[in-house]
Amino acid sequence: MSVPESRRQLSVPVATVEVVDDSLDAAFIHARGLTKRFGEFTAVDGIDVDVARGEAFGFLGPNGAGKSSTMRMIGCVSPPTEGTLRILGMDPGADGPAIRARLGVVPQQDTLDTELSVRENLLIYGRYFGMSRAAVRAKTDELLDFVQLTDRAKDKVEPLSGGMKRRLTIARSLINDPDILLLDEPTTGLDPQARHSLWDRLFRLKQRGVTLVLTTHYMDEAEQLCDRLVVMDKGRFAAEGSPRELIATYSTREVLELRFGPDEDNNVYADKVEGLVDRVEVLPDRLLLYTDDGDGTTAAVYQRGLLPVSTLVRRSTLEDVFLRLTGRTLVD
Amino acid sequence: MQPDTTAVLRQRHVPGSLDRVGASFGFWAFQYRRTWRGTVVSSVLTPVLFLAAMGIGLGTLVDDGGRLDGAYLLFLAPGLLAATAMQTAGFESMYPVMGAIKWVRTYHAMLATPLGVSDILLGHLLWVVFRVTSSAAIYLAVIALFGAVASPMALLALPAATLCGMAYAAPIFAFSSGYEKPSGFAALERFVIVPMFLFSGTFFPVSQLPDVLQPVAYATPLWHGVELCRALVAGTQTLADALLHIGYLSLWIVAGVTAAMFFFRRRLESTG
Ligand SMILES: Nc1ncnc2c1ncn2[C@@H]1O[C@H](COP(=O)(O)OP(=O)(O)OP(=O)(O)O)[C@@H](O)[C@H]1O
Ligand SMILES: [Mg+2]
Repeated sequence: MSVPESRRQLSVPVATVEVVDDSLDAAFIHARGLTKRFGEFTAVDGIDVDVARGEAFGFLGPNGAGKSSTMRMIGCVSPPTEGTLRILGMDPGADGPAIRARLGVVPQQDTLDTELSVRENLLIYGRYFGMSRAAVRAKTDELLDFVQLTDRAKDKVEPLSGGMKRRLTIARSLINDPDILLLDEPTTGLDPQARHSLWDRLFRLKQRGVTLVLTTHYMDEAEQLCDRLVVMDKGRFAAEGSPRELIATYSTREVLELRFGPDEDNNVYADKVEGLVDRVEVLPDRLLLYTDDGDGTTAAVYQRGLLPVSTLVRRSTLEDVFLRLTGRTLVD
Repeated sequence: MQPDTTAVLRQRHVPGSLDRVGASFGFWAFQYRRTWRGTVVSSVLTPVLFLAAMGIGLGTLVDDGGRLDGAYLLFLAPGLLAATAMQTAGFESMYPVMGAIKWVRTYHAMLATPLGVSDILLGHLLWVVFRVTSSAAIYLAVIALFGAVASPMALLALPAATLCGMAYAAPIFAFSSGYEKPSGFAALERFVIVPMFLFSGTFFPVSQLPDVLQPVAYATPLWHGVELCRALVAGTQTLADALLHIGYLSLWIVAGVTAAMFFFRRRLESTG
């Protein structure tokens, strides 16, 4: 991959020059009390966000948490109802076009033109950024290669698989060499292989210094990609930190999962393991025991005469953090 | 690989507002490459069929009555020019707009780029100007071939037809972006477009209508477009009348664009 070189090649005529000083390094994205209301309903409830240059920042949260609403405000498409928002040091209300010229956006719902070919989708999109035809063509070839769609370039988008469409959307979002890439659930609905291939692409972009902001339901995705993340629920941040910090703060080292029969009432078993660990979560299909010594706790469970159908000791994940903070699971 | 931070904050090209409107227009032009043949064929066939059947066929009957000085074709052809501009404008302003919001989501794709809501709206409206003007130009050429053009002033009927078309396109853009369901289009077509087509002076003078309906007909943009085109093609247009019609049609355009801007913002800034 030789994108860094061609980034410099891409020299389009400069009509407006944004003077960006070093103080920006502290906050490519800066929000205070950011709020979005739809009528009476508050979708985003006064959040504070700072994302530094080069950082990979994630919003983790269940359906309806307000992730997309936040992303659309950061993307300078949807005006905030209240609060301060600065992107790259600029005000979205006044400098929307100048900001968006430096953003790449992967929306939750694809906006590809399925009647056009793969290549045409990129060509037409580049024109929106005021790039010359020659510059767009060169960039298009490079990006199709980057997302491994070169051999589908002439095909219509319509029959492509979900993963291919997502890769095309990511390629499209890179046409302007964005400083910030906004990814709203980039891998939802993809099979594991497609997700890993997308993560690989995103990881490479991060290495090149692109600032990533993403939303996801998947804690493994957040753990893989994010330097820092917030757990979002009902329009607010329930917690903030690196994946490791969050786990250390809100969970234990290990988790013991106990499954009893399908017709058993797990609440009864919760009473029976009382006192073994500080915290027990009762899920419909299993019990979670939060412990620093999974094997020791397993032994203690059997000592009490309980006979679970299966036991599993695993490391804590962000899923456990989320459960602790919101009392709900991320993906039902 | 070294982080490429030097490139991150380099100078950026930000397209100015003319370029942005141009890029929006450019999308529709790009897309038209797939469908232009069909539209050209129908732009030629429609006037030929209409003028042959109504102008000549029906006209023979009408002219025998002697009420229009034996020139029903001369009466009808320019009226149809305006009426067809209205229909082309309606066609281009209904499903394409709703599709770009709801189905293909073209507008949403554009909004993630430097293009803003007003760039998107104006670029698309400009595209409709192009479509209305090009099909009206074909129409005018067909009329000339039928020998129904009396004066070089007829060339001015082209911008007049465009004005008439846009007096429909702009408010219909507002309708298509404000109304959520495509079922509204059938109603618009049936209860607004078709009645105007029939009763706004295209086929017979509005003075033939019952007294109560005449003010309604005079209030339609189409009647003003028809009058303007008819007098220009005949070479009898006076400046005062022309200004009145142009002013009235412009009013509809300004009001329509204002309303469309409002509904576009409401739809595109909240959803997506
Ligand atoms: N245009 C709108 N009008 C009214 N309510 C809206 C609108 N957009 C979003 N909402 C509401 O705001 C809340 C947050 O929605 P949002 O799309 O931001 O959630 P999300 O975290 O992205 O969820 P998901 O994981 O399902 O994508 C939801 O309750 C949603 O119904
Ligand atoms: Mg969402």
